[in-house]
Amino acid sequence: MQLKESSLDPATATYREVIPAGDYWMHVVKGGETLRIVDLAGNQAADTLFFDAADPADRYSAIDTIREQRNVYLGVGSKLRAVSGNVLLEIVADTVGRHDTLGGACATESNTVRYALEKKTMHACRDSWLLAVAENDGFGLTKRDIAHNINFFMNVPITPDGGLTFADGVSGPGKYVEMVAARDVIVLISNCPQLNNPCNAYDPTPVEVLIFPAAGA
Amino acid sequence: MTPPNEAATADALYEDVLPGSKHWSFVLRRGTLLELVDLEGGANVGMLFYNPQNPLERYNAPDTLKCQHTFKLTRGNCLYSDMGRIFCSIVRDDVGWHDTVCGNSTRKSIAERWGEKSYQDFRNDWTRSGHDSFLVELAKYGLGRRDLAANVNWFSKVAIDDDGTMLFDPKSSHAGATVGLRFEMETLVLLHTCPHPLDPSPEYPRRPVKYRISCADPVPEDDYCRSFRPENGRGFENNRIYHLCTR
Repeated sequence: MQLKESSLDPATATYREVIPAGDYWMHVVKGGETLRIVDLAGNQAADTLFFDAADPADRYSAIDTIREQRNVYLGVGSKLRAVSGNVLLEIVADTVGRHDTLGGACATESNTVRYALEKKTMHACRDSWLLAVAENDGFGLTKRDIAHNINFFMNVPITPDGGLTFADGVSGPGKYVEMVAARDVIVLISNCPQLNNPCNAYDPTPVEVLIFPAAGA
Repeated sequence: MTPPNEAATADALYEDVLPGSKHWSFVLRRGTLLELVDLEGGANVGMLFYNPQNPLERYNAPDTLKCQHTFKLTRGNCLYSDMGRIFCSIVRDDVGWHDTVCGNSTRKSIAERWGEKSYQDFRNDWTRSGHDSFLVELAKYGLGRRDLAANVNWFSKVAIDDDGTMLFDPKSSHAGATVGLRFEMETLVLLHTCPHPLDPSPEYPRRPVKYRISCADPVPEDDYCRSFRPENGRGFENNRIYHLCTR
């Protein structure tokens, strides 16, 4: 687990936006630009998908990313890869230390299994993504393209005997993760609305995204 | 330790051997038992699952793992779709740990580790990749790279140490080891026998796998998989609702 602060001054960001819990954010980050996601109040989960803007069928792949780095957790130095093996982004700064990419995203249907059948009408990340691809159909994305995501700020430790646990967050108010885009990427974040999981203390909170220009730009 | 397995195998309606480095697919109906046998030890079977009525419903490894609080797959676990339903239950397992997060070998990874053997030079002893195998099988159903998902790698164990490093165990599966999958809904099954992407064998491994298809016993109320976790009881209820008024 490596902590590394960014040298970038938020005043130099060319874009800032606060994403309330339960909303989505869909935006193209250009190759060379830096994307920072800030956990404003702590212990939030930013459920994030990436797509190659030049070939949106080539999307972030959790399994190819962790296999190529031989480690299941994401942090500084992690190259976020697409199905093709191409690098989409690389994490360059991180004040959290560990991010999950195996826990997936909440969905109304998976809520019925995890919590109760009666929870099926509660808002969930996959609903936010489905609305995002419907409202932004110029990208040509559909449910087919919604695959396994990154949960920035979420801590899902795996035990040596093969257990999977949802531990208290290692994140906290103001902590952030920062990544440089290796090519133009479509970023789709669902700021998780989950009310049934202690991982966010049952209180989903806003996150902020900042975009910094490419070095020398 | 591997838990005890359920009753002996029913009479097979069909069985066949898939040689190493091959791929195939089929649709299995609800109530079908599919058994995979690692004939020589050290096999790998990549597998993906779709609903043939609506292939947008597909195996979801993160949903499967998190709802059962597990990183490994073994007897008692159910394999879930993204729609909260159960494609199949693992009713028999002689191995105790199957991977579902490492994905597939690729043409590039095979060329780097073992050297590529082309079809031109080696005919059907060429070095197929798991990734390409899935693309071929997906295309048979009008599906493509956008439809790929995290697959199961039967017979392959990848453990995780405290700092997250992935450790492939080459001695996990033995000759004769069997996995039994009972299908809980109609399912399109894609499979390949290409090497696990972390297999460190000095030579490209080609391990054959026998597969047997038979009729499963009805699922009792106190079924091991159904009661393995409270979540699985709710998954079975989702399947019951899906099948209302079907015979």
